[in-house]
Amino acid sequence: MDIKKLRKIFFSTLYLSSFTFGGGYVIVTLLKKKFVDELHWIDEKEMLDLVAIAQSSPGAIAVNGSIVVGYKICGIPGIICAVFGAIIPPFVIISVISSFYTLFKNNTVIKALLYGMRSGVSAVIISVVYDMTKNVMKEKDISKIIILIASFIANYYFNVNVVLIILIVIAYGLIKAFIKGKKEKEVLK
Amino acid sequence: MIYLQLFLAFLQIGAFSFGGGYAAMPLIQNQVIDKYGWLSTSDFSDLVTISQMTPGPIAVNSATFVGNQVAGIPGAIVSTLGVILPSCIFVTLLAWLYVKYKNLKPLQEVLSALAPAVIAMIFTAGLTILVPTVIPSGFANIATDVNIRAFVLFLVAFFLLQKYKTDPILVMVGCGVAELIVQFATSSL
Repeated sequence: MDIKKLRKIFFSTLYLSSFTFGGGYVIVTLLKKKFVDELHWIDEKEMLDLVAIAQSSPGAIAVNGSIVVGYKICGIPGIICAVFGAIIPPFVIISVISSFYTLFKNNTVIKALLYGMRSGVSAVIISVVYDMTKNVMKEKDISKIIILIASFIANYYFNVNVVLIILIVIAYGLIKAFIKGKKEKEVLK
Repeated sequence: MIYLQLFLAFLQIGAFSFGGGYAAMPLIQNQVIDKYGWLSTSDFSDLVTISQMTPGPIAVNSATFVGNQVAGIPGAIVSTLGVILPSCIFVTLLAWLYVKYKNLKPLQEVLSALAPAVIAMIFTAGLTILVPTVIPSGFANIATDVNIRAFVLFLVAFFLLQKYKTDPILVMVGCGVAELIVQFATSSL
């Protein structure tokens, strides 16, 4: 086991996750810069596949990205170092904020600030949803539009459990992939 | 057993949030507000705001925050471990499958079907922050009880984000400060 490499993995993910605002995709880009361009421990083509795997798995992209990099360089010990590096900064920051939140959430100034910020954060979320919906509409794939509308009605109006919706759509995707695979095989015959 | 409940709730959040970032929101809401009542809707709104303003993924931040609020540091640790465990398993499994078959096509089919469903559920989560902010007594009273100030803030924020691509953190802080100034000026503070 290469202690030097493990230490480097740990401190790289620790550093990146302490100072990177803007979500998982930014972290993945920075991981690539560090381990592909700077250290040359992973080659470019392989990194693309690793990123695809990180984005295809459930969970936070930043954590998944750290896992693939750790796994690729040092196997299981690499995963452990990368993951702890990635989660220690948010863990410490949020633990501190959490205790302050309990103390100050009834303070009138903090309350007013947080209340105003709710309008802002809703706008941020609705704006992201708006952009993503526009992208789906651009694909002009009617089945996707139906999934979007049906999921919204089921979730918002009928309170259908989100996990159930996800499982149904996964089943649909698998069936679709299966049928497509079969057709492709028939064409080859 | 509160630790076990926290662990299992966040395990589920980690296992079903496909797409990273905001995709975790509907699942957090489902477990943390609807199922266990660990946070109120307004606490959840504050948590999302805090997550936006600090580094670290929403899923990990929420696990640490909720764990802390419900059962202190040990609660934060089990929740955080719960939320990253599915990532560790899925990513490793996918990496192994990928090396073996060099084919992620069925998975990509599933993910492309999931994308619109995830958008719809993020929209619902966004509405559960926006609606109580703008209509404090609930959607049924839309005609009589609208907080005009919060609604105007939302519209201005949305406009800035869409038209000028203003930094989301700046938009949120701006909304908070605007609310604070107005409350101060009308001396409700």
